[in-house]
Amino acid sequence: MKLRTSHYLIIAFLAAFTYFYSKDGLVATSVLYTAIQFALPLALAAMVGVMCERTGVVNIGIEGTMLISAFTAFFAGAILKNTVQGMLVGVFTGAMMGLLLALMAVNWKMDQIIAGVIINILAAGITSFYYRQNYSIPSTLDPIDLPVIGAWPILGPVLSFHGPITYFGIFFILGLWFALYKTSWGLRSRAVGEHPSSADTAGVSVSRLRYLNVTAAGAVGGLAGSYLALEAVGIFERGFTAGKGFTALAIMIFGRWNPLGALAAALFFGLTQAVTNQLMIDEVVEIPPQFINMLPYILTIVVLAISAGKVRPPAAEGIPYEKEKS
Amino acid sequence: MDAKQGKKLDFSPILVPLLSILVALAFGGILIFIQGINPLSAYRVLFTTAFGSFDGVAITLAKATPLILSGLAVAICLRAGLFNIGAQGQLISGALASAWAGYTFVGLPALVHIPLALIFGAFFGALVALVAAVLKAYRGVHEVITTIMLNSIVIALSDYLTSNPFKEPDQPLTRTPKIQESARMPDLLGLPLGFFLAIGLSITLWWIMRNTTTGFSIETIGRNKNAGWYAGISVKKTIMLSMLIGGAVAGVAGAVETLSIIGRFEPAFNAGLGFDGITVALLGRANPLGVIPAAILIGGMRASGSTMQFEVGVAPELVDLLLALILFFVTAPLLAKFFKNRKENVAMTSGWSN
Repeated sequence: MKLRTSHYLIIAFLAAFTYFYSKDGLVATSVLYTAIQFALPLALAAMVGVMCERTGVVNIGIEGTMLISAFTAFFAGAILKNTVQGMLVGVFTGAMMGLLLALMAVNWKMDQIIAGVIINILAAGITSFYYRQNYSIPSTLDPIDLPVIGAWPILGPVLSFHGPITYFGIFFILGLWFALYKTSWGLRSRAVGEHPSSADTAGVSVSRLRYLNVTAAGAVGGLAGSYLALEAVGIFERGFTAGKGFTALAIMIFGRWNPLGALAAALFFGLTQAVTNQLMIDEVVEIPPQFINMLPYILTIVVLAISAGKVRPPAAEGIPYEKEKS
Repeated sequence: MDAKQGKKLDFSPILVPLLSILVALAFGGILIFIQGINPLSAYRVLFTTAFGSFDGVAITLAKATPLILSGLAVAICLRAGLFNIGAQGQLISGALASAWAGYTFVGLPALVHIPLALIFGAFFGALVALVAAVLKAYRGVHEVITTIMLNSIVIALSDYLTSNPFKEPDQPLTRTPKIQESARMPDLLGLPLGFFLAIGLSITLWWIMRNTTTGFSIETIGRNKNAGWYAGISVKKTIMLSMLIGGAVAGVAGAVETLSIIGRFEPAFNAGLGFDGITVALLGRANPLGVIPAAILIGGMRASGSTMQFEVGVAPELVDLLLALILFFVTAPLLAKFFKNRKENVAMTSGWSN
């Protein structure tokens, strides 16, 4: 996104919001609230991609990571009758999937696209085989009423009363941005993603850093899956993630592999969906529900078609690192 | 990748997949055992149902038919270094188009109607692949994401079409009318005609890949894009061509399933056939002939999944799990390490843009 374009977008957004707010304040703020809810899992899943690809590992297994984590989070929460413990199990599952990807991509030097597809198919197989009906979690994660901000006029109802994963997620994304650009871990990670042999010469262990980041990214994917099962809806079904892990990749590319850029892109996706939903509820336009469902996928393709060639992925992405023999 | 590299007989292209199947079955057996069921009796039911009688084999081959074709659709693209995860969407598009051609045209002789419906399937399968092909060739958008997104779009679109304009009138169900008798693909020697078509297409594509310049271009681009470019091969054209062939073959897979098994289009009736194609293609080492035994194996497992549930009480989703394990072990270089030729993996382009 060029600075110009984003300025125009912000102005257009503010103009539209003012118009809708003057017509019906409650609806306008609730659309923004829903937009954040749609955006959060996408933004978190995009962070999985950012963390992996910045160190040079392509991860198209985000979808499967989220699916199987949502599965374990939900059933652990239901069996232990404790939603928080369920979430921890979900995060742990995600980390294990990250570890599996690291094993295939770093150790076995497998083609990373195939490795990701294997994660997706494994997750689909396991979750559909072990899926059981008639389980329920005690409650979804409780939303938090923010003390001061909650009372603010327009922003209050938009920002307040989200669940704990939402707030943690937003802070995590900001923290990731800081860590990636302002700490030595970030510098090393980016170096490994751009030019692993130089990083190696400078004394950075390429494999170790890739292992660490891909596993940590898996845990974030587990958090995104837990969000879907425990905070957003409180249920689990087969094929529950519905392509969000792939949309996240488009968001990552749209955000130029930058955590804040990806967060902005995710909010844009979330807003589009929230507005369309509202239009449907208001029956302003009669759109068949199937077309509403198609929207994020079409948007993903359009975004990729526009941004491809204009943005540059990390240079060493997708290439297994081989130490040069002296 | 083929055995043509050396004069010495190399068994690893057969041994590695076989071994990975055995290891996957062993893992699956442990999982069945944990459920409190004897894995040996489960597998016995699985394999005797699929391959134990002539009727069983006929059902297995009928199940294998769309899998051979969807496996081919993935395999041809893999040859060109493209990962076509969109076989599912291309297949559904082909299935719906052939169903439409099957019920709309009235009074055609079967000799005209069946090929016409098949061509409709191929054309609309290729049409879906065209979107991904153009974006890959001219914009550098990675085909994995576009084809997955197209899968979801096609599923939603086909659902819309079958619940509105193409819906069977005066019926509560979301489905198209039945195809005309003249469009129904007959059986031949007790086996579905589509099976012979699939075998024929496999052999044709195998021959094309081996003996024509088109096949050579696809192979070269798949091994090294730059080398192909220096050799004067148009990379863009080759990408387009292989994706379109893949889409058309996947479309035929959907058409054959519609015209010989289902007899109309119903959403979710084709679920998973395209995704099984990925497993088939990788198990068959992306070889147009290798997909045939791979598809027959998987077809057999699919055919006997419900019998297994009935007789031993294992959920039929076990087959999904077994297929995932097979895919994992067949692609993991773990097993290939036991054999000399280690460079077995299908080389593919990674990264999001070229």
